[in-house]
This record gives sequence, structure tokens and C-alpha cells, in this order.
Amino acid sequence: MIAFLARRLLFAFALVIVVSSSALLLTRLAPGDVTAQLGPFAPAAEVAGTRARFDLDRGAAEQWLRWSSRAARFDFGDSFLYNRPVRELLGGAAVNTAVLAAAALLVATALGIPLGMLSGSGGAGAGLIRGVSLVCLSAPPLLTSLLFVFLAATTRWFPAGGMTSVDALDGGWSTWLTDVAAHLPVPALALALPIAATFERLQAQSMAEALEQPFIVAAAARGVAPRDIIVRHAWRVSLRPICGVYGIAVGALLSGSFVVEFVTAWPGLGRLTYEALRARDIYLVAGCAAAGGAFLAAGSLVGDLLLAAADPRVREQGAP
Amino acid sequence: MTRAGRWLLGVVVVMAVAAPWLAPNPPDRSFADALYAPPTPVHVIDAGLRRPFIYERRLMSRLERRFEENVSRPIQLQWFTAGRLVTVPEAAGGPLLLLGADAFGRDIFSRLVYGARTSLALAVLATLAALVVGALIGGIAGYAGGRVDDLLSRLTEFVLVLPAMYVALALRAAMPLVLSPAAVFGLLLVIFALLGWPIVARGVRAIVASEREREYVAAGHALGAGPWRMLARHLLPSTVGYLAVQATLLLPAFVLAEATLSFVGLGFPDPVPTWGTMLQDAANVSLLGRAPWMLAPAAAIFVVVLGVNLVVQGRGRAPVQLEP
Repeated sequence: MIAFLARRLLFAFALVIVVSSSALLLTRLAPGDVTAQLGPFAPAAEVAGTRARFDLDRGAAEQWLRWSSRAARFDFGDSFLYNRPVRELLGGAAVNTAVLAAAALLVATALGIPLGMLSGSGGAGAGLIRGVSLVCLSAPPLLTSLLFVFLAATTRWFPAGGMTSVDALDGGWSTWLTDVAAHLPVPALALALPIAATFERLQAQSMAEALEQPFIVAAAARGVAPRDIIVRHAWRVSLRPICGVYGIAVGALLSGSFVVEFVTAWPGLGRLTYEALRARDIYLVAGCAAAGGAFLAAGSLVGDLLLAAADPRVREQGAP
Repeated sequence: MTRAGRWLLGVVVVMAVAAPWLAPNPPDRSFADALYAPPTPVHVIDAGLRRPFIYERRLMSRLERRFEENVSRPIQLQWFTAGRLVTVPEAAGGPLLLLGADAFGRDIFSRLVYGARTSLALAVLATLAALVVGALIGGIAGYAGGRVDDLLSRLTEFVLVLPAMYVALALRAAMPLVLSPAAVFGLLLVIFALLGWPIVARGVRAIVASEREREYVAAGHALGAGPWRMLARHLLPSTVGYLAVQATLLLPAFVLAEATLSFVGLGFPDPVPTWGTMLQDAANVSLLGRAPWMLAPAAAIFVVVLGVNLVVQGRGRAPVQLEP
């Protein structure tokens, strides 16, 4: 188990390094650089000075070396766009994205797993649940977020965009928290619904498969109540594919949160990455990529641990 | 369920193919008096049942975007004229805007059916490209085994673990931001294929690796078939069923990827009608509230994804959402 964890951590570390380095090099090789932000009439000396400040006048390899030696000390350079250290920007954005993703994952789990158990065991309304699931599955975050923003704007039940109101901090921390909580449902639900539907479908399928196993028949023959069979016996077995999908779900959450953040103006990593990419803000791009890589690695690590918790075979052999 | 899905997909494909005939107006024609105009109501009742007609519509206030129907002047729809299924010429009191008009007074329905051509063509071609590349790499990995297999499998897993939307975004943003529509089409095709192949390759590798141990492969070798012939003629054909399933996953994902990239302004330029460029208008919340018909392309995307999912579910498989 420890060797397994060590290997996964090593992989996570490599992922962050490779992803952020390739983002840096890709931005470096892209046509145009951050000095385009100075406008067409900037004096040549200022352009040259800016290029020197961002190491753009050095070779790509040298720039990467200087950047990575600083990044090893958690100094990710400065953002041109915001004129602030990348580390500060990343901290805020990563927390916002994490809040959004965690809320969405929570909602998706709370909706998808119980409904999947119900429809997979042929319970009441199985057909209805399956139909709703198919509809949600066909409405990815781009569509759900547009729809929810539209609904929020017309009904005015929820604020349609942003993470806080303008005057959020005037009333202290408690009003700030309730304000964020009021802004959260629209993006979180938009992100959660398609994932909840995926969970529901997978849980239903693996539940139906688990119920056909011989030990379920044996339990039924011993006179175990149908309810107990589903909750105690079949569910445990059916969990394995679900735990496997949690690792992948983090990738889907990250990708989906980009669109949702864009549509609902949630100030997270996706929005920041997009702005950095468009402005060729090279260190901000690399920093965002590093943060995204760390998210992914953490997600797949948690997925592996869940898998190990649900399936003793994984624990003993040390690999899924 | 499969049948319903096929019907949905069939309708969309027919719409795309027959776009010039179905569209009542040219997709890039902008009607000066129809900015954000709501859909034109088509009536059939006017003191008794009549053939479908519309009333002449007058722009009452540009500021309030208020339109009124002139009920004293019904106008017959013109069927099968000028190479179109149905239309109302501007001279006769048109235009006929079945789904309303956008910010430039362009007919949303006409743009929708023309947009289906670009959006679907890109998705279908990208799916084919991803299948070919994935089958080739997966086939080589599974057939060769050993170090080649290790290397290709690591590569596959690495690309697979990346969040596709961000990679697409980064690759697109790394290219010049302003490109001609044809260049964008080619670029997106390459990017999508680059992101799609690993999903295919992983499964193909597993199938080929297990098929390789069967007797017919040994027989083929004994008869003198080379590795490429074995792969192309005997091993890869056994993956066709698997490839078909992968196509149903990739196609909706690519339709969405185009929509997302165009939506954020990194896809096709605005005059080109695609579902993504059309959705750009919907990004403005205050406009959306007053002109909800701007969401029509979202509905079109939904229909395509739902159609594919219905087909998949009807075959007894759980449709899983791929990113994005």
C-alpha cells in the first residue's frame, strides 16, 4: 500500500512538472508575446525592457531553467496582466474553483448514487429516473449553465452571475458567506447535473449486475429482507465502478468548470487560465497549468484511495 | 429508444444536408428592421381555417425593440419558390423569421441549419480522424508488445489524464488568434483528433493484444503474412464493434468542444454560422432575458447529444459523459 501511494505521488509530481513546463513552452512558442499588451505605440525601449523583465529575451531553454528553479521555491513569477505575483492570483482562483467543484461533486453524489440504487434495483419510478438521467446527460455544462443563468435572470430567485455582490464585505464575514452561498447554487448545479446523471447511470448498471450475483440469490434464500439485500450486500459490490469513476470525474469537473466559470462569471482557475492564454501572460499560464495539474493529481489519488477502500483486492495487490 | 435516437439524429442530418433548401433566408443576410426580432408567428386561423400565413410585422420602437403585427395585412407563405422550401420575400412583407433574429438582424433558423453543416462536419471528420489514429497506435502497441507497447501505452495514459477542454484551449490559443474559417476548421480538426485518439487507442490495444494469441494469427504467420498485413486485414477488423461505440462517445464531445471554443471566442470567427458562434450572443445575460430564442443553438446541441445517448442507451449500455 505504501509503495503504491509513493508511486502515485511520484506520478502526481511528474504530472504537475510536465504540464506546467509544456504550458510555459507552448506559450513561449506561440506567435506574439505579452508585450502586445503595451499597445502598438509603445516605445521600443519599453518593449525591450518588458521582454527583459519577463526573461523573454533569453532562449526558451534558459527561460525554462530560470523559471523552474524559482518555481521549485514556490515563486511562480509575476503576472503581467494583473501586475501581481502569480502565486497570489493562483491561491484565490484555486480556492474558488475548489469550492465550486466540491459543491458540484457533493450534489452529484447526493443525487446520483441513491437514485442509481433505486433505479438499478428496479424500484419505484425507475423508468422516470432513467429518462431524467438521459436528459441531464445530454445537457453538458455549457448548456446547463446557459439555461440556469437564463432562468436565474428571468425569475430572479438567484443572482445570475459572479461569486459575490458588490457590497458583500460591508456587513462582515457572515454576510459575505451567505452572499457566496446565494451565488453558489447556479454554477454548482450547472456543473453537477451531468455528473450526477453519469453517477446515476453507472450506479444503476452496476447495481443491476450486482443483484444477479449468486451470493445475492443465496442471501434472498436465507430470508434477508429485500431492502437489506440492496443496501448491505449489493451496494458494497456495486461501488467498485463508481469509485473508479471518481478519479475521472475530477477531470470532467475541471473541464466543465471552465465553461461554467466563463458563463456565470465565477472567478476561478478556468477564467484566469483563459485570460492568461489570450494575453500570452506566460507565467500565469504556467502557474494555472501547475494548479490544474495538482488538482488532477489530487483527484486521481483520492479516486485510487476510494477504490482501495471499496475493494480489498486493490489494497492487497497494491494496484488497481 | 434506439429508434427515437435515430430519428432525432436523422432530422438533424437532413437539416444540415438540405440547409440551402430549408433556410428561408440567406444565413448572412442582415435585416435592418429586425434586430433581436422575436420569432414570426405563423397563423392558420383568420375567420376560418386558411393556409399558413403571417401578418406583416412593423418595428414600432427601436429602443424598446417593440414589434407589432399588422392584422389587416395577412401574407401567404410562398412554398417551393426560388429554390427554397418556404419563404416570404422582403418585398412581399417578409422576412419569415421562424426562430427570431440575432443582434445583426440575421435569421436564427437559417443560421442554425447552415451552422449544423460546419458543426457536424467538423465533429464527424474529427471523430473519423481520432478513430483512425487511435486504431493505428493502439493496434501497433497491442501487436508489437514489449517496449513499443510500454512507450505507447504510457503516452496514451498521459494524454488521457489531461482535462481535454484545457488542452484544446491552450493549443488553440497558441496559434494566431485571427485565422480564416478554413484554417480554423483544419486547426480544430487536428486538435480534436490529437485529444480523441487515446480513448480509442487504449481499447484497441487491449483487443489486439488478446486477439494476437489466437490460432488464426499463428496460421497467418505460418502462411507468410507480414505484421502490417496481419494488423490491417485480420486484427483491426475485429475492433470494428468497439470503434463504433467509441464514435458515439467522441461525436457529441466534439460537437460540444467546437461550441465551447467558438463560444469563448477561440473558434470560428463570428460571420461563419456555427452553433458555437451563434451561442456567443447568449453569453450576455441581460440580452438573453429579453431574447431567449438566442438559446436555439443550445437546443440543437442538446438534440444531437440526446439522439446519440438514446441510441447508446437503447443498445443496453450506460452512456457516460465524456469531457467537456
